Amino acid sequence: MGRGTQESRTSCSRSWFSPLLWASWSISAPIVPAPLFAALNFLPHQRKWGEPSGAATAIGAMDKEYVGFAALPNQLHRKSVKKGFDFTLMVAGESGLGKSTLINSLFLTNLYEDRQIPEASARLTQTLTIERRGVEIEEGGIKVKLTVVDTPGFGDSVDCSDCWLPVVRFIEEQFEQYLRDESGLNRKNIQDSRVHCCLYFISPFGRGLRPLDVAFLRAVHEKVNIIPVIGKADALMPKETQALKQKIREQLKEEEINIYQFPECDSDEDEDFKRQDAEMKESIPFAVVGSCEVVRDGGPRPVRGRHYSWGTVEVENPHHCDFLNLRRMLVQTHLQDLKEVTHDLLYEGYRARCLQSLARPGARDRASRSKLSRQSATEIPLPMLPLADTEKLIREKDEELRRMQEMLEKMQAQMQLSQAQGEQSDAL
Amino acid sequence: MSELVPEPRPKPAVPMKPIGINPNLLGYIGIDTIIEQMRKKTMKTGFDFNIMVVGQSGLGKSTLVNTLFKSQVSRKASSWNREEKIPKTVEIKAIGHVIEEGGVKMKLTVIDTPGFGDQINNENCWEPIEKYINEQYEKFLKEEVNIARKKRIPDTRVHCCLYFISPTGHSLRPLDLEFMKHLSKVVNIIPVIAKADTMTLEEKSEFKQRVRKELEVNGIEFYPQKEFDEDLEDKTENDKIRQESMPFAVVGSDKEYQVNGKRVLGRKTPWGIIEVENLNHCEFALLRDFVIRTHLQDLKEVTHNIHYETYRAKRLNDNGGLPPGEGLLGTVLPPVPATPCPTAE
Repeated sequence: MGRGTQESRTSCSRSWFSPLLWASWSISAPIVPAPLFAALNFLPHQRKWGEPSGAATAIGAMDKEYVGFAALPNQLHRKSVKKGFDFTLMVAGESGLGKSTLINSLFLTNLYEDRQIPEASARLTQTLTIERRGVEIEEGGIKVKLTVVDTPGFGDSVDCSDCWLPVVRFIEEQFEQYLRDESGLNRKNIQDSRVHCCLYFISPFGRGLRPLDVAFLRAVHEKVNIIPVIGKADALMPKETQALKQKIREQLKEEEINIYQFPECDSDEDEDFKRQDAEMKESIPFAVVGSCEVVRDGGPRPVRGRHYSWGTVEVENPHHCDFLNLRRMLVQTHLQDLKEVTHDLLYEGYRARCLQSLARPGARDRASRSKLSRQSATEIPLPMLPLADTEKLIREKDEELRRMQEMLEKMQAQMQLSQAQGEQSDAL
Repeated sequence: MSELVPEPRPKPAVPMKPIGINPNLLGYIGIDTIIEQMRKKTMKTGFDFNIMVVGQSGLGKSTLVNTLFKSQVSRKASSWNREEKIPKTVEIKAIGHVIEEGGVKMKLTVIDTPGFGDQINNENCWEPIEKYINEQYEKFLKEEVNIARKKRIPDTRVHCCLYFISPTGHSLRPLDLEFMKHLSKVVNIIPVIAKADTMTLEEKSEFKQRVRKELEVNGIEFYPQKEFDEDLEDKTENDKIRQESMPFAVVGSDKEYQVNGKRVLGRKTPWGIIEVENLNHCEFALLRDFVIRTHLQDLKEVTHNIHYETYRAKRLNDNGGLPPGEGLLGTVLPPVPATPCPTAE
């Protein structure tokens, strides 16, 4: 049971080690230049990692003088590769900002083939729906089960009040599901369907965040990692892009919205890497352009981009847009970190809140009573999550108890006050 | 002939003959010189034109108006340094300027509507706009009904409303539909696709087709309305505009760049320069010709003969055949016929 726990913990990304190597984009191999390959192997914790021959000799050399647990990363890597990874990405934002195109560009898939875009009159009374699309991507022997959660209908209708509530509920449901699984008896194969990252698309046509953007971000920033993105960035001239980014950063600070903070790089990294890292952090929110079409514009080789009468926007050109930065930060270097932050910070926060609300005066007794009747061997007195309706009953009874307590306190206060007044009048 | 003089619609009944060449003046009256007289009069008095711009903030409304009239007629709220709050309700701001070109004076009023469509809940955000338009009709009606009328009633009625559609590439938004449904009966609406430099040629034509279809399906008549085409020539010309060009996909700019040795208005990006007046890049030139060079007078006429008359008939009917009460100094007026005007439906 102990070993089983450890294994499942590994897949839930408790490990410090990020064995994620996107070796090369198999579909666009002719487009990716060779030097990029080396950069793709480039991860903060394991830059010197990678040659099997090296590891073998390392182990051989270690035989005589060392214990040998330096080979642990290797083992973890192999285990995780076998298990595969899952990652859930949510995209949110008004319709028409290029969300689907960007997802297709990022992961070189065609997730949205069968999508029907409804007409405006149909959208008048449409409420927000949550759609999940999954795809399995394999590269360099590593399998990733990617789930993209879409929110069509967001910001569409004339009255968008509370249109973010279904999204918040969805995120919390995933946490709840995970909490249940974690507290359950059989924890070998927990499916992690929690949302690891939310790409929030901001319109390039506005002047910063709109009231709806602020309301949505406020509602979800403590529950999911937010990466703000400016969609359709080819609508903006370079100066406008800078000004818009500045404005958005100021607004985020003003409204105290916590977006995902990319971790600081270690002090032992070289200057070049640090500079790159700083540059990338400066360009948040990322101004992106997505495209899956290949354009031959007479240059040295065909590129992915959008062709206009006045020129061609190249998706992978860092001077044109931040697509490369986004891909690097999201997929190549911080995929694991996003999962870790979701688990260690956001999920734990949810869990603490949830258990605290159950651990109010009335509930604590019940929890201790139920502990005696359970057979689990864990030391932490986790109360069994009761069924939904008994939970509601318990909550109602707790509410009543609390109300009666409050009334009692009020009456006591009143009595004291009248006593004090009585004394005063006596004194007079 | 100056560009801004509206081309008179009715063609002369008698073909023009040069005066003086034929000493025998039988058969030539000279009524075709009325055109010249009208032109002189217009140049002296000038004319007024009121244009309203509606759309979400950031779609380039003020820039486009400035580009259309080649002057800073609309103060841009897009300066990033200034602290700018989105107004909680739709405000109506009317700013007037006098522009002169070729001896003709135009009193241009640009009516801006900040706050439209920017809130979370945009229910009925078109109501302040509808109210404003009706107020202008009411003002004009009061002046008209006065005993001592001014020679030239100041015309503050909205002649043209440019509605800015966001270039999502999918279809119209529900708010767009609602606005146009409510206001197409009250004012001339010209839908315009803003910031069209985000769409490639195919995306542009697909989007336009979809928008046209949606407008048709929902029974929204934008200017030029089909029912007001006067003759066959108008009809063919307007049909071509309605079915092929509208809604115009425009790009606005107030900055000039050097392209091929010429200074042009445009937007400079790392991948190219978008020229505002280049028909291959965007349809700004078409919009400008349409609104200013060919249909300016028609816009005013439709506003006066149709929208205003509809309003007037409704008001008079509501009042039981009597015009609105103020300004009549208590005297008894001759009764106005209670039957509605034939154009009002």
